Order: sequence, then structure tokens, then C-alpha cells
Amino acid sequence: MNSQLVLYEEEFRQITEICDMLHRDASAKAVFLVDKNGQLLANSGETAHLDTTSLASLTAGNIAATGGLAQLLGEKEFAIQVHEGERDNIHISLVGQRAILVIIFDERSSLGLVRLRVRKAGDVLSKIFDTINSKASEQGSTVFSEITDDDIDNLFGDM
Amino acid sequence: MSFINYSSREINCKIVYYGPGLCGKTTNLQYIYAKTNPEAKGKMISLETETERTLFFDFLPLSLGEIRGFKTRFHLYTVPGQVFYDASRKLILKGVDGVVFVADSQVERMEANVESLENLRDNLKEHGYDLNNIPYVVQYNKRDLPNAADVGYMRELLNPTDVPDYEAVATTGAGVFDTLKAVAKQVLIELKRTR
Ligand SMILES: Nc1nc2c(ncn2[C@@H]2O[C@H](COP(=O)(O)OP(=O)(O)OP(=O)(O)O)[C@@H](O)[C@H]2O)c(=O)[nH]1
Ligand SMILES: [Mg+2]
Repeated sequence: MNSQLVLYEEEFRQITEICDMLHRDASAKAVFLVDKNGQLLANSGETAHLDTTSLASLTAGNIAATGGLAQLLGEKEFAIQVHEGERDNIHISLVGQRAILVIIFDERSSLGLVRLRVRKAGDVLSKIFDTINSKASEQGSTVFSEITDDDIDNLFGDM
Repeated sequence: MSFINYSSREINCKIVYYGPGLCGKTTNLQYIYAKTNPEAKGKMISLETETERTLFFDFLPLSLGEIRGFKTRFHLYTVPGQVFYDASRKLILKGVDGVVFVADSQVERMEANVESLENLRDNLKEHGYDLNNIPYVVQYNKRDLPNAADVGYMRELLNPTDVPDYEAVATTGAGVFDTLKAVAKQVLIELKRTR
């Protein structure tokens, strides 16, 4: 099976900082980092009114479908997608092997600026993900080796 | 592939409902959605055709409570069962932690069940998973219908490895939570095993 994704404090703080930085430097409304399986990893900006869980899942579905299209055409992948709306635009790009960067922006920013900032942040993020991957394979996640059958049964108490 | 976040103390797992067209996968999720407390669920997303057939996937995020101080979250997905949506089915299996195979009990759907189960095996294999080695349960749905096949027969045909299996009527909810609990439990046990 794939190695599981484990995010520790240190890397979580780092990727959140990069989201904050992108939010600021790209004059974006919101920034999300999502893993390819649809889990939200970090976000920044005006996210309170957004359904971030749905956003993460749909982004991953979108990237998966686009990746499938790319393969059909003999392309490795389409690394960048932009969708333009009447008010908001969305810039979606792949980061390393496992993450997706989503920038939501409006007329206060521009596609050129977003592109530029994303390119810079992408390299830094890729490096952090390398660390995340190597940590996960070294350490694994120890809390769960200690869970008992009772712990699990208790979860389903009122189901 | 589960996701453990030490910073927000959350653990996220992905469960996929698989099975032939119209077997009741979406209905399972709709029932779970309808019967879960508002604070335990997110929005259910259905990407469907105009005739309410699943086009890409249904998605329902559920929170089950805490384990050792970690919030456990399950992301439930259904695949589109219609044969020609195979490319989409394959994509949705990516990163799966547990699978529910929903079989349609109607006699005339047995061939479709068998085909879909083979398709599940093949598609898992393409992602490097082996159905014999992942958290997996079977549900015999539509037990209320007069043309439902004998469960013993279905078991022989669709559950040769004897994984936990449940009879269900997804429209009324019978067996729906038993099925979910069984697969969720296996997923958590697997986490413990692989650490
Ligand atoms: N009688 C009966 N009908 C059911 C049951 N479960 C689902 N149905 C009905 O079967 C039809 C198809 O159900 P869906 O849940 O949409 O099936 P699906 O597996 O999601 O189908 P696809 O999206 O095409 O793969 C609907 O009309 C449901 O109401 C059941 O247990 N008994
Ligand atoms: Mg469906």
C-alpha cells in the first residue's frame, strides 16, 4: 500500500507559513494546499465562508480527472489549470508528487502575479514535502500502535 | 492512504463504496447523511447525471469522535457503477483505505455483481492494492425485493474470502450503519497494524 501521509507540527507550520505568504504576496483571496487524495493540508486567507472539506475533495477529483485526460493524450500531466469566473478566479497547480496548490483571486490580483508567486512557492513546498515523505517512512505514526479494540468500539457508541 | 495530522490532531481515512450500476451505493450515503448529527457531517456532494446516476463520485465527510486525542474523520466516496465510467472508478480508488462492495440482490443482477467485483480487483491492482489485503466488507443490498437471490448463494459467488458481510435495504437504512461500522473498524485496526 501507499505510505500514509503524516504531517507533524514542524512541517505543518512551514506549509502554513507558505500559504500565508502566498496569500499576501499574490494578493489572493484564499490559498489552499490539498493532497491528491482530497485531504486539506493547510489554508490561508478568506476561508471562513468556504466549505473547505468539499473544496479539497473536488479539487482532488478535478486533478485526478485532468491527470487521466493527460495520460490519454500521452502527456505526463497538466500541471496548471485556471478557471475564470465573473468575480473570482481559481488557479490550480501541482506541487511535487502529492500536493495541489489552489489560489482563489479576484480583480485585486492578476493571473501573471499569481503565476509568478506560485512558481516560487512551488519549489519551497516540494522540498518540504520531501521531508514529510522521508519522515513518514522513517518514523511511521506511533500513536496508533497503542489503540485498543475498546478505543475503536467506543467510537461507534451512538452510531 | 490515511492522513494523520499531528498539528490539528486529526486522522482522515478514505472509504469507497463500489458495486454495479443502481445497486444502491448513493442510497447508502444518502441514508448515512440523513441519519447523522449535523455536527458530525459535512456537506454531501453528488456529481451526477440529470437522471441521478453517479457521474464521477458522491462524497460525504463524517466525523466519528476521538481516539487517543485524535479526531477521526472518514471520507466516504461512491464510484459510478455504470460500466462505461471505468476510468472514473479507477481514479476514485486512488488512496483508498477501505472498500465496501455493494451487491444488488436481484437475481438478474448477479452477472453485473460478478463483473463489478472483478473490475474492483483489477482496478485495485492497478493502484498496487490487493483486495485480499485491505479493509473490505460486502453488503447484499435490496433484500426487500421479491426477486432477491438467496444470501448463501450470493455469499458463495461474491464473498469467497469470507470477509464480514451484511444484508441491507439501503432505502430504509437496514444494515447500512452495520456495514459502515464494520469497514471503519477494519480501517482503524489496519492503522494500528501498519503504524
Ligand atoms: N427496493 C430497493 N431499492 C433500492 C435499495 N437501495 C437502493 N434502491 C433504489 O435503487 C435505485 C438506484 O440507487 P442508487 O443508490 O442511485 O444506485 P447507485 O449504486 O448509486 O447507482 P450508480 O450511481 O449508477 O452507480 C434508486 O432508485 C434507489 O432508490 C433497496 O435496498 N431496495
Ligand atoms: Mg450512485
